[in-house]
Amino acid sequence: MSNIQGNAHVYGDNIDTDQLAPIKSYMNMEPEEGCKFCLEPLDPDFAGAVKDGDIFVAGNNMGIGSSREQAPMFLKMLGIRAVLAKSFSRIFYRNTLNFGLPALVCAETDKISKGDVLSIDPLAGTVENLSTHETLACQPLPEHLLTMIADGGLLAHLEKKLKKSA
Amino acid sequence: MMSMTLSEKIIAKAAGAESVSPGEIVVCAVDLAMMHDSSGPRRAGKYLDELGVPIWDKDKLVIITDHYVNDPDPGSVRTQEITHQWVADKGIENFYPEQGICHVILPEKGHIKPGLFCVGADSHSTTAGAYGAFMVGVGATEMTGVLATGEIWVRVPETLRINVTGRLSPGVAAKDVILKLCGQIGVMGANYMAVEYGGDAVKAMTMDERMTLTNMAAELGAKTGIIAPDAVTVETLADYGADNVDVEAWQGDDDAKVARTIDINGAGLAPQVAAPSNPENAADVAASAGTKVGQAYLGACTGAKLDDLRMAAQIVKGRQKSINTRFFVAPATHRIRDIAAKEGILKILEDAGAKILPTGCGGCIGLGEARLDEGMTGISSTNRNFVGRAGPATSKLYLGSAYSVAAAAITGKITDPRELL
Repeated sequence: MSNIQGNAHVYGDNIDTDQLAPIKSYMNMEPEEGCKFCLEPLDPDFAGAVKDGDIFVAGNNMGIGSSREQAPMFLKMLGIRAVLAKSFSRIFYRNTLNFGLPALVCAETDKISKGDVLSIDPLAGTVENLSTHETLACQPLPEHLLTMIADGGLLAHLEKKLKKSA
Repeated sequence: MMSMTLSEKIIAKAAGAESVSPGEIVVCAVDLAMMHDSSGPRRAGKYLDELGVPIWDKDKLVIITDHYVNDPDPGSVRTQEITHQWVADKGIENFYPEQGICHVILPEKGHIKPGLFCVGADSHSTTAGAYGAFMVGVGATEMTGVLATGEIWVRVPETLRINVTGRLSPGVAAKDVILKLCGQIGVMGANYMAVEYGGDAVKAMTMDERMTLTNMAAELGAKTGIIAPDAVTVETLADYGADNVDVEAWQGDDDAKVARTIDINGAGLAPQVAAPSNPENAADVAASAGTKVGQAYLGACTGAKLDDLRMAAQIVKGRQKSINTRFFVAPATHRIRDIAAKEGILKILEDAGAKILPTGCGGCIGLGEARLDEGMTGISSTNRNFVGRAGPATSKLYLGSAYSVAAAAITGKITDPRELL
């Protein structure tokens, strides 16, 4: 798994799934359209500002709320390639990893500002802030999850595993 | 033999291990999986079909429709069509369409009992813990893995023990206990943990009330909420037709290690109301009393069980709702609606000016007639009041018990329900 490099989009604590995926964004809408409403109640400019390869940075309890996996799905569709947070809400954490999107616990996200260029090594669990020349430590992911992410997420991982056992 | 909490005992059984301890990652065999019309066939079902593998054990799968029901919207109708078609194609027998909200239907239909390891594709799946089961919420992709393999990886959670002492005062309910906790430890106060509730006040609670505690363990960030089963559990489950209920086997050890114990003084607890837009903004009702509300909503898996309707009826009996406030009641299941009708509770609510809505998630997720209007302030007996959940981003939502919602419906403003008892 290679390094992920992109611009940081920085938000605070308790970014909830009702903001990441407002109900109107998935109730009667295809994800390609719905993802444009990602984070709309908090920051209507977010979806338009994300570029492929960018990194979402949050404080504590990232992804709190419902189990709707449109929350990480939309982030990924917009181009987000990794999510860093001081802590995650547990269902969002699993959903994010299940989509093959690295979710890394990083205690020092306060040292990241909007627009900083980050380079993340998901295997080693390190974040280099290329804008400030600081290296931040993340908690490394458990091995079984690294395998799953390397396969491209849970479904791809299952496909591989089920084929192997067939 | 190592001492274990109730959660650890259930996980150990599901993992086929003699014992487990917090932090360990184990693979568990799933006893029961539940999904609804939003997360279920249209997502997890579709992913499973794309994988091209069968359901691991269709007798262990329960499907309930409650999200996009009673809704003429073409997208909602399409979701129902997909759900019914998938259920028919797979020959799933445990299917409950439009009969009530999944977390309340599941025990009511006899699917939950102590010691079961369960997963549900909804965050409030924690509710089943009231019956001494271990049930966690997952997303649709995760559920696909369960449907395909019957297994799921779990990090064994630490246990947070909540000890509610004394007896709750009249006009104070389980909802006030859990809101108090949200205010005290915050919405990530129990992140990744299993919250185990006990103490005299919990022992004295009905199953409906216990379910409010485990339901909103989700609002503490917990992996699940759980309550050791007792005679009340057995009696209620007998009513629901669950057989082979083993209470003795599913008790935590007295000397099991827990991460932390929090005591809540049940006898001294005042009604709690959470201000917009986070459940952790909970405080004594006095802090928000007098705030005018345009809508009072009694609904959801959290706040429209039979006991919630009974509490509301106690407050509104012989009174009329405020002319400035809409008052909606959406009973959590048809069974609850029918008993409430038989007991005369629906009539009391309707006489007070409440409009009875069809069962379903409805207003809690901003759907149907109880969706808040632009700029409107409301109070609900539901679980979450995040911006944009129950209405447009300009609406504001307070959370309270069924007593508090009923009191606000009558006076048109947030009111200490004890004044109307």
